[in-house]
Amino acid sequence: MTQFLVENKAVVVPGERLVEGMDVVAGPNTYRDGDAIYSERLGLAAIDGRTIKLIPLSGRYVPKTHDVIIGKVFNITMNGWQIETNSAYSAVLNLKEGGSDYIPRGDDLTKYYRVGDYLVCGVVNVTSQKLVDVTMKGQNLFKLRGGRIFSVSCNKVPRIIGKQGSMVSLLKEATGCKVIVGQNGLVWVSGDPAMELIVQKAISKIERESHLSGLTEKMSAYLEKETGKKVFQGETDGV
Amino acid sequence: MVYKTRLENRGFDQARPMEAKVGVIKRADGSAFFRFGHTWAYAAVYGPRNLYPKFLQDPSKGILRCNYNMMPFSSVGERVRPGGSRRSKEISMVTQKALLPVLDLDEFPNSVIDVFIELPETEAGSRCAGITAAAMALADAGLRMKDLVAAVSVGRVDDKIVVDLDYSEESYEGGPVADIPVAVMPNSGKITLLQMDGIISPEQLSKAIGMAKATCVKIAEVQRAALKEKYKASENNGQ
Repeated sequence: MTQFLVENKAVVVPGERLVEGMDVVAGPNTYRDGDAIYSERLGLAAIDGRTIKLIPLSGRYVPKTHDVIIGKVFNITMNGWQIETNSAYSAVLNLKEGGSDYIPRGDDLTKYYRVGDYLVCGVVNVTSQKLVDVTMKGQNLFKLRGGRIFSVSCNKVPRIIGKQGSMVSLLKEATGCKVIVGQNGLVWVSGDPAMELIVQKAISKIERESHLSGLTEKMSAYLEKETGKKVFQGETDGV
Repeated sequence: MVYKTRLENRGFDQARPMEAKVGVIKRADGSAFFRFGHTWAYAAVYGPRNLYPKFLQDPSKGILRCNYNMMPFSSVGERVRPGGSRRSKEISMVTQKALLPVLDLDEFPNSVIDVFIELPETEAGSRCAGITAAAMALADAGLRMKDLVAAVSVGRVDDKIVVDLDYSEESYEGGPVADIPVAVMPNSGKITLLQMDGIISPEQLSKAIGMAKATCVKIAEVQRAALKEKYKASENNGQ
């Protein structure tokens, strides 16, 4: 007889018994030991029919292919740039991936990106040894100029972006700032300095209250109060 | 002289009052506090992060580095001289070995996870409090673990088998004493740390270990409750 020992969306800790019985599949971040399924991390249990998985609530960023991240140039080598990724591993931006223009070998690389520059870059490849390759070729990948950068928990990034980007577009519309949220938990905001500050406060509020329902409505009310302007709320559904 | 009653009317199988809290150090990736009576331990976890010098790196898995530190004013006796000592180095090592069996660090090759255990107040059983706090901090840091680790010291004072010896019992002079710190994975009951100081018979030892396992199950309950307390707000994650 299969029995779920936790409710859907309950907080579970490592080693907690989640399911008893053989006809449930152990999904990501869980493991089976004999008859029972146990959790392998701290997170929220997600029951989906006959599978159970775990959505992590904490942990550092681990680079994944196709992620768009905000990285910082910390070194320049013969073949390209080395990028800090806000994780345990640094990334390499090769000359060939340096941008849409051709960069000749032996060129002065500081002409393109200097040490200390922040870049919006895409992760192209991650090896088993966590060697990370990033690219600057592609739409919306560029060097950041001005604005401010701060970090948030990478587990909260999906909430800050919202469904189909609803939360980020709300922030952009309300404050007129440009906002980019990297999958690695770094956020770049650029615009009017007072508005930048409001965005930063709003994002830390989202981070704190990411568990509450109706967050988009709550945030639009908050932004209206802070900016003193009516916020146009288009197709932002109740996230 | 016969050892009859314990201080504060504690039962022979009863640990000192326990208290646990998670997320006590804001800038750490994971942190926890654990207390057995007057033995307080704070644990902070940083990482996975870059590991240097490079020769320490392990390309097959991440490494765990533990640091046990008693604060100068922490003990009842003489001032503890700051910095490492032979004793603290040994305890750091056994802490690392007690925690490694539950951790899965394959995901983080060439990186390190640092655990810092600080003890502002100690009165025997400090390595057990440290291991218990560190296990919670590692879970809080979002690392992959198959179980928690709970630790307690058991032993013998004169003819009695006791759980969680305090300083007066450790230094009891009316008869033979044995002090046995034990760390246990509460789900499987497997032992990850077993040390001994003193004289004890094989029968007494197996009885003491049985009591340690029973106490560790109770400690694990405290650990789980503390971890859930921090993330409780996330429980009704409305979407």
